[in-house]
Amino acid sequence: MFDYEVLRLIWWGLLGVLLIGFAIMDGFDLGVGMLFPFLGRNDNERRAFLETIEPVWDGNQVWFILGGGAVFAAWPPLYAVSFSGFYVAMFLVLAALILRPVGFVFRNKLPDARWRRTWDWALFVAGAVPTLVFGVAFGNLFLGVPFHFDESMRSFYTGGFFGLLTPFALLCGAVSLSMICLHGASYAALKTGEPMAGRAAGAARIAAPVFIGLFALAGFWLWAGVDGYVITGGADPAGASNPLLKSVVRAPGAWLENYGRAPVTVLFPLLAIAAAAVSALSVGRRAGVAFVASALTIAMTILTAGASLFPFLLPSSTVPTSSLTVWDASSSRTTLGIMLVAAVIFVPIVLAYTTWVFRVMRGAVTLEHVAHGGDNY
Amino acid sequence: MIDLTVVDLSRLQFALTALYHFLFVPLTLGLGLLLAIMESVYVMTGREIWKRMTRFWGVLFGINFAMGVATGITMEFQFGTNWAYYSHYVGDIFGAPLAIEGLMAFFLESSFIGLFFFGWDRLSRLGHLMVTWLVAIGANLSALWILIANGWMQNPVGAVFNPETMRMEISSFSDVIFNPVAQAKFVHTVSAGYVTGAMFVLSVSAWYLIRGRERAFFRRSMTVAASFGLASALSVVVLGDESGYVATEHQQMKIASIESMWHTEPAPASFTVFGLPDTDTHSTDYALRVPWALGLIATRSTDERIPGITDLVDRADGRIRSGALAVDALATLRRNPDDEQARMTFEAHKEDLGYGLLLKRYTAEPSEATQAQIDKAARDLIPNVPVLFWTFRVMVGLGFFFIALFGVAFYLASRRRLERHPLFLRVALWSLPLPWIAAELGWIVAEYGRQPWAIEGILPTFLGASSVSAGQVVFSLGGFILFYTTLAIVDVYLMVRTIRRGPEGHRPPPAHGVAAAAGHA
Repeated sequence: MFDYEVLRLIWWGLLGVLLIGFAIMDGFDLGVGMLFPFLGRNDNERRAFLETIEPVWDGNQVWFILGGGAVFAAWPPLYAVSFSGFYVAMFLVLAALILRPVGFVFRNKLPDARWRRTWDWALFVAGAVPTLVFGVAFGNLFLGVPFHFDESMRSFYTGGFFGLLTPFALLCGAVSLSMICLHGASYAALKTGEPMAGRAAGAARIAAPVFIGLFALAGFWLWAGVDGYVITGGADPAGASNPLLKSVVRAPGAWLENYGRAPVTVLFPLLAIAAAAVSALSVGRRAGVAFVASALTIAMTILTAGASLFPFLLPSSTVPTSSLTVWDASSSRTTLGIMLVAAVIFVPIVLAYTTWVFRVMRGAVTLEHVAHGGDNY
Repeated sequence: MIDLTVVDLSRLQFALTALYHFLFVPLTLGLGLLLAIMESVYVMTGREIWKRMTRFWGVLFGINFAMGVATGITMEFQFGTNWAYYSHYVGDIFGAPLAIEGLMAFFLESSFIGLFFFGWDRLSRLGHLMVTWLVAIGANLSALWILIANGWMQNPVGAVFNPETMRMEISSFSDVIFNPVAQAKFVHTVSAGYVTGAMFVLSVSAWYLIRGRERAFFRRSMTVAASFGLASALSVVVLGDESGYVATEHQQMKIASIESMWHTEPAPASFTVFGLPDTDTHSTDYALRVPWALGLIATRSTDERIPGITDLVDRADGRIRSGALAVDALATLRRNPDDEQARMTFEAHKEDLGYGLLLKRYTAEPSEATQAQIDKAARDLIPNVPVLFWTFRVMVGLGFFFIALFGVAFYLASRRRLERHPLFLRVALWSLPLPWIAAELGWIVAEYGRQPWAIEGILPTFLGASSVSAGQVVFSLGGFILFYTTLAIVDVYLMVRTIRRGPEGHRPPPAHGVAAAAGHA
């Protein structure tokens, strides 16, 4: 049907779709998770915030599971190298993602105030840690990660956990935190009654300028202080997935070269900033517009990162030849084809019933409702 | 060289997290379907008690479901974090069913589980019933794809090794999906889940009936559990026999070890009901044997022979030598892809590549292995015979007990005499943990019996591990033990509390505050 090169490009695009789907869908409940212990001043208010996400967080989290599965199936070397290399970071994410399901279901089962506060903070941590780690991980993609392969394609990671926490990577983590806080706040403003909605709008108005500032700073830093990676030869877009055949060099400013090659991509960072501004400006009056705008901010931020990195998936800082790229880290042509068919059939179905679920659960959660309600689960 | 400490720690972590995850999965499978059945009765008859039943058991389902989701994420991550070489080596085949599971099944159950709890007042009766069914179907479809992935580890069909990429690649996706081992495992596993769900409802109901509380409510619950449980228990035993049958073709060593059959017997082989396997003398002491039985079960014939353990080890010698040639030729090919001589050697011996890799445990250069090293590698093919022998027997014994228990329950329920037999109620109550024990033992038979292979005949387990440090794995393993133990305590506490408070303890919330939406939408 498609040749290998096209399939690889499609799957690179689908990787983006899954990442954006995850960040937008799970993003708002991670964001609400980070904000609600501060925005809710008593138990009923905090319950109202939680109840906006309780019916839907489970489906949202599947975007992440699916992302992991899709990377496993479509980009096996990327899955193998990144998950084992970022071992401790992955464990922290995992712990957070384990806390979330049980936190939502267990919190309201007992009336005890200490019990509930404990789960509130567990949910806060469970929202903040993955958001921070994913941002830091993206930062490290730009910096390159210390790994290499041996002859049998066994990967070796030669850095440690704390080596990931460089200033630039932490800045990317902060970009991620502010972006997800903006998104969570605009969602909460849309889905809660007063006084919660007003406070959420206030949080969005703080998060948006912080995001814009950090995002612009990260862009400047990328241009001025981070060496990019360039393939100098040996890559065959239609060849077998063997990362060891190409040659790669580091070059200052290389991460911005794609914007010169395809100037239209400059729109991604510009729209990310513009959408964040629109979200902050509209959140008090038109919460629906603000939510769509914060979702757009996320999509554009991820597209910005993708446009800069292409065709790199995971550059190696120690042995650049081992870097994983779109052309040499995919699964076989047959598997990419099968997975594409599965995605074409099921992604629209998933989107359709997800839309239906949100329609059934439309409307805002008010204090009056929470006061009369019991434990829903 | 491979760090065997890391391998052992990673195996321990995988075993613990997988067995822990499977404490929650079977109940999700079984109870989900029971909820759908109860709610169907409610929608068909319109009687409120069936709605109350759906909601009460639904609360317990929800607690369990959250634990299942939480611990399931660990499983998907762990292939990458701890088994990176495995992920590289077979990701092309193994990743696809996992990804499709997410797309087709996990999305379904997870998207609708929220509506199951929050949608009672927002959906029509039929609409809510559909949601409940979709959750149950999603859970079962999820099991299907996971077991397709697992079945491929036991019987790796539809794949070939590609020297250019140093990994297995898919050659026939339909072979992977319609893998007979996967199909047999699927029906056996979901049936085990149904038995677990039925036992859960049966035991909790028995607790209430013993105390004489909420009798109408729990008599009905017990009746549903009895009939559903009987059908499931019959299915799990009969279809378990089916998975024994298919295993003989692909995993003769596993069958021989389960039977502690050291030497090939004349066909049809006898079945050892009881005995003490002796791993030093290669014999089974005090064996009580049923003539012909194993031959009939395993081969469906009276003249086909089932090879014994020592014969299988002898046969492996040749495959290991041949595999060593393949490993050597492959290394040459990696350095020089144009070496025609090496390519021919590789093509001639590639079926045994996995057996050659077994030698990597003892030498970096399998082609220079000594006879002693080859013998060691061949002996590695024997799994832990006494463990398999006993876990299998306890599991099967429990299976027959379930048939008997649900048979009695079904008889009493059909005669409307469930409450008149306190002894039966007590047995039903104390049988609660048994399906979990049987299910965990089943996984031990299946996966411990697969050793030393991660992928049968293709990739030895020890080669699949990540190049991480032992310290890292100790950190994560310690974290899991601490974390999972805490969660287990909380989970059991909430379950018991919910059960003790009973159907009346759960106050249904009123309708959502939709009115306020107008100002914000």
